[in-house]
Amino acid sequence: MENHGSLKAYTIGFIFSIILTVIPLLLVLNHVLAKNILLASILGMAVLQFFVQLFFFMHIKDGEKPRYNVMALILGIAFVITIVAGSIWIMTFNSQVQ
Amino acid sequence: MAYATAHHGEHHHEHDEEIKVMGFWLFLVTDCILFGALFATYAVLVNHIAGGLTGKEFFEVPGFVSETFILLTSSFTSGLAVLSMHKGKIKPLIGWLIVTLLLGVCFVGLEIHEFQTMVHEGATISTSAFFTAFYTLVSTHGLHVSVGIIWMISITIQLKRYGITSVTKRKVTIISLYWHFLDAVWIFLYTVVYLMGVM
Amino acid sequence: MLDKLKDFSSHFFVTGEPMIYGADVAILLTLAGIIFVLTYLKKWKWLWREWLTTVDHKKIGIMYMLSSLLMLFRGGVDALLMRMQLAFPQWHFLDSNHYNEIFTTHGTIMILFMAMPLMFAFFNIVVPLQIGARDVAYPFLNAVSFWLFFFGAMLFNLSFVIGGSPDAGWLSYPPLSGMQFSPGPGQDFYIWGIQISGIGSLASGINFIMTILKMRAPGMKLMHMPLFTWSVLASCIIIIFAFPVLTVTLALLFIDRFFDGHLFTMTGGGNPIMYINLIWMWGHPEVYIVVLPAFGIFSEIVATFSQKKIFGYKSMVFSMMIISVLSYFTWVHHFFTMGAGANVNVFFAITTMAIGIPTGVKVFNWLFTMFRGRIQMTQPMLWTIAFIPCFVVGGATGVMLSAAPADYQYHNSYFLVAHFHQVLIGGVVFGFFAGLYYWWPKMFGFKLNDRLGKWAFWTWNIGFYLCFMPQYALGFMGMTRRIYTYDFDMGWGPLNVISTVGAFFMGIGFIFQAWQILHGIKYGERDVTGDPWNGRTLEWSIPSPPPHYNFAVIPTVTGQDAWWTIKEERKKKKAKETAAFSPIHMPKNSGIPFIMSVFWFIAGFGLTFHWVWVAIFGLTGVGACLLARSFQYNSDYYIPVDEVRHTEDSVGRVG
Repeated sequence: MENHGSLKAYTIGFIFSIILTVIPLLLVLNHVLAKNILLASILGMAVLQFFVQLFFFMHIKDGEKPRYNVMALILGIAFVITIVAGSIWIMTFNSQVQ
Repeated sequence: MAYATAHHGEHHHEHDEEIKVMGFWLFLVTDCILFGALFATYAVLVNHIAGGLTGKEFFEVPGFVSETFILLTSSFTSGLAVLSMHKGKIKPLIGWLIVTLLLGVCFVGLEIHEFQTMVHEGATISTSAFFTAFYTLVSTHGLHVSVGIIWMISITIQLKRYGITSVTKRKVTIISLYWHFLDAVWIFLYTVVYLMGVM
Repeated sequence: MLDKLKDFSSHFFVTGEPMIYGADVAILLTLAGIIFVLTYLKKWKWLWREWLTTVDHKKIGIMYMLSSLLMLFRGGVDALLMRMQLAFPQWHFLDSNHYNEIFTTHGTIMILFMAMPLMFAFFNIVVPLQIGARDVAYPFLNAVSFWLFFFGAMLFNLSFVIGGSPDAGWLSYPPLSGMQFSPGPGQDFYIWGIQISGIGSLASGINFIMTILKMRAPGMKLMHMPLFTWSVLASCIIIIFAFPVLTVTLALLFIDRFFDGHLFTMTGGGNPIMYINLIWMWGHPEVYIVVLPAFGIFSEIVATFSQKKIFGYKSMVFSMMIISVLSYFTWVHHFFTMGAGANVNVFFAITTMAIGIPTGVKVFNWLFTMFRGRIQMTQPMLWTIAFIPCFVVGGATGVMLSAAPADYQYHNSYFLVAHFHQVLIGGVVFGFFAGLYYWWPKMFGFKLNDRLGKWAFWTWNIGFYLCFMPQYALGFMGMTRRIYTYDFDMGWGPLNVISTVGAFFMGIGFIFQAWQILHGIKYGERDVTGDPWNGRTLEWSIPSPPPHYNFAVIPTVTGQDAWWTIKEERKKKKAKETAAFSPIHMPKNSGIPFIMSVFWFIAGFGLTFHWVWVAIFGLTGVGACLLARSFQYNSDYYIPVDEVRHTEDSVGRVG
């Protein structure tokens, strides 16, 4: 298992995460963007921070080949998107039923 | 790499340990699906307040921001623990694990306090579909963290007893993956529930 | 005091039903009988050592199989009761409440406590043997999976005599299944029985994926694996992505019931349709979970009994993997009529139609394998040949249902009932029967009797068509599902009678199979070769039943149909290989899986009756077991070379 990482990697990851946490917070609290752009931005930054966790902390790139964990994760993310987006789409009529 | 027959000793144990870590990744992916279904439910019911209280009235910025930074820091400290482990240094390994789990305890404590305040002010799990979804999603994460804390304590005890071996290394690797995963889920909770809730 | 006890008992135990009093007596007598026999024969230690604490995949597989056959009996009796009630218009053999309970338990048991465990039985017994492994990746977890299933099923079955069965259908839609309309414990038995069992299923999914990916014999590349093993991989991929959704959905329903939540209630902003959306997100992949292994079984049998390599191995692999991914994108076809709108319906209609294509590829490949093969009409082959037309027709009616506008007519009619029974019985049940006949000699060392088997086969098949073909017509005539009776002037009477006769034929078929098993135990011709069918895959290379460690020497594999290749090479070389034995690394038995599952049972029981302290006790027990396992560092041992040599010699395998 050669996925040791380094103090440098963890520290960079930590700092990136803090930045990616603070910026959305400031954007939301200061009402600087229009709603849809704001939503897209904070979600985008959440996704970026997720990748920071994956690469800098969880060392997903290291690990033995074949990289079954990566394949499973990609498929899993595809399914999570299906579940969330699919449910929102399917239940749209829901907005008429309150 | 298939499993060869006549190997016993370290090599064979390493192969076993690696299979356990890989299997745990699979479990984490199933946990992603679990949270995905909970997020979907939240997203569908987020506006179903039955004409009553909203989340915005209750979400306090200092509260959820502190929780976020505490958890993020604990994710970082768990990484420091793993680094010490790979360097073979058991004292800092145990030290950083204890820091991590204490931060976890603070996180859970803050969350319980947040819930107590909300209930006191009239927002219970029965108030509306929105609040049921909110409490379910957030406490599922909180329960995962609580289980992680107990698990981390048990591993710390095992480290004290057995030191750094291929088996304890695997256990620390797995729980640190678990802990990072929980921080990753929290990123989305922070964004979707709290940030969008106070928008 | 006595009054309070009486009052409690009359609600706690199901009262006023002669059938259930009969069940109470039968349960108590059976329990007493088991305890008596074990005590008289002094077999308690043996039971604990050999079965309750085993982590051996072969034994776990046999336990799954026995449990599922018992559940097949209960589910089948449910079916016969329903068919008797429906045979004549306005008959009142069962009242409406009973009928609701029976169709609920029939569906739940057949899918979750019969088909799933039988499937896991095959995973367990066959996969490690086919890939040349000594056990699964996580033997301890494997035992946990079985005992969680067992105690989950126990919890569900208990509702029959304690508290009352659930009656809101096998998927328990709210608001009917919510607290307002189903206040009794039956619904909670349902939730916890399935929830506990479901954790076991998820764990098995992870276990078998890792087994298949990481425990194969040297030289066995993925594209050399037997197709049954591929089907297990495909099925497990679906399991790990679908079961978490079931866990969430049942938990959400429980939260509504226990904590007075409003996710799926009519008030408080709840939306019951979100439950339907979520439950089918699991429910559709679930049917592919059970059918893919059946496809795998057919591939093995067709090749073996056509004495030919399977036609189109690559396309068989790709079609199964495509089905496993695509199955996740079709779920809305179960509720086209719910009102999600045309755009949503169109998308899911198309994905549903698409999934028929890879299945079609497989059917053609099986037929092409048989073409110009030397067909042997053994029992496994009989069932396989019967499956093909049956499943194809069932699939065709599925395509009819997938046309969303047309489905507005078919939905929840007997057309639908006939379709899903056709694919489930014709596909899954026939496939698992074929697998039982095929691998029975490997598990137990003797074949099942052919003559009785033919009777079983014909009564099942005639019964199936008599039962379900009329139901398609009944659907077109307007008969809806889940009605306990119907009026004389609907004109549905004659077809219902025929359908009931068919159901009883299937029951007779089951009796023949039970007879086959008993007959075989006493008179069955013992197989000493380990390879009674002249098989093609590695499980036939070891003795029947296999020794504890499966393979004394792990084989090296060079291509597909590994055992066939070895046999061909042996014929040419005519040399006796001397195998070098080494000590074999094996996992130790453990009582924790069994004990932990008992604690889960206690927790489920407490949660069902809202006895919070019992639930807390149970869950604490579960946590204690997990911690005990975490602190267990001495969990394996080595079988010494002498013992291996002795075992191999005793079954005539020279070392």
